[in-house]
Amino acid sequence: MLGLYLHRESVIHRLPAGVKLGGLLLVTMVVLALPGAWGALAAGFIGAAALVTARLPAGRVLAELRTPVVMLTLLFGFQSLLAGGGWEETAVAIARFAALILLATLVTLTTRVMDMVDLFEWLFGLLRPVGVNPAKMALMLALTIRFIPLLGDQVREVRMAQRARGVERNIAALFVPLLVKILTMADDLTAALEARGYDPADSGTKETGTKNSTQR
Amino acid sequence: MLSTRDLVLCALFAALLGGLGMAPPIPLGFLPVPITAQTLGVMLAGTILGARRGGIAALLFVLLVAAGLPLLAGGRGGIGALMGPTGGFVLAWPVAAFITGWLAERFATTANPIRLFAVSVLGGILVVYAGGIPWLWLVAGLPIDKAVFGSLAFVPGDLIKAGIAAVAASGVRRAGILPIHA
Repeated sequence: MLGLYLHRESVIHRLPAGVKLGGLLLVTMVVLALPGAWGALAAGFIGAAALVTARLPAGRVLAELRTPVVMLTLLFGFQSLLAGGGWEETAVAIARFAALILLATLVTLTTRVMDMVDLFEWLFGLLRPVGVNPAKMALMLALTIRFIPLLGDQVREVRMAQRARGVERNIAALFVPLLVKILTMADDLTAALEARGYDPADSGTKETGTKNSTQR
Repeated sequence: MLSTRDLVLCALFAALLGGLGMAPPIPLGFLPVPITAQTLGVMLAGTILGARRGGIAALLFVLLVAAGLPLLAGGRGGIGALMGPTGGFVLAWPVAAFITGWLAERFATTANPIRLFAVSVLGGILVVYAGGIPWLWLVAGLPIDKAVFGSLAFVPGDLIKAGIAAVAASGVRRAGILPIHA
């Protein structure tokens, strides 16, 4: 499963995911706190520096930015037209937002999906006192990544079957078989996991883990 | 506690959300705009899996988008997509699926499509807008009345999705697989 990650040999790519995400959080807060155009300028400068250091193709990065910038321009343009506000304010608001989205995009493009998932697992570990099981969350994330192409195939398969029967416009005819398929797949996948020795009670909680039942 | 089967179901529905984003949009014939079915997946996660598992499924999906998988409609993803002006609508999905499921566990445990529709509207539309509109207002700085007004354009499409979710969930209930309390 390919993510948005773009591999390059750079210092920024080698930084731990936690450092990049923490840095993004910090810069975002600072930029939002700075008045007027200074925040946008600062973030834009950091973004440009990171872009060059990470050796990413500028065109690819800017393509990621296009949708939000167009959307923002429409939103704010509409707003300043109606409110009769100054265009400078509008431009600053758009620039600030675009700069922050640029930074976030750079984090995404330079960090592998699995590194992010590992970071999430670590963060879930902090929530252990409130009953969150980081091992289970990480397993579910990994399973989801594996299941996405599987589900994409199932969606296509059911749609083709419905088209062959001439009922592709009947939405219930699409979703009911799809959902029934997913729910029966769940039984096989559960059996496959348990056949490989997965025991939900193993991960440090006092679960009895009986099959096919949820203890509420 | 989550059983092995619960883990698998959460992951499958999270993957379904991804699959729905990748599938070409469904043409409805009478609507000019084809619908992308991801919020439909949020409603289904709630009505079929219930509050906890449905909420976890949507949370897994949002986390994987944040981790950099291009799972949102149009192949968008990453933290930037979640931080954008419409990010609040997506960030609200886990809460929306949880509330849809919570309501379904109490008021829509049978195959009655009208109850399932009501639950999908409350959880899958109201909660999502309750997350998205303040986000447009606070994060993108759009005045609240404009944010509400602009979002209203999507309500008819979302009502259709709630209708589809209700019919589909009702069909699954009638098929007798996985009643919500199983």
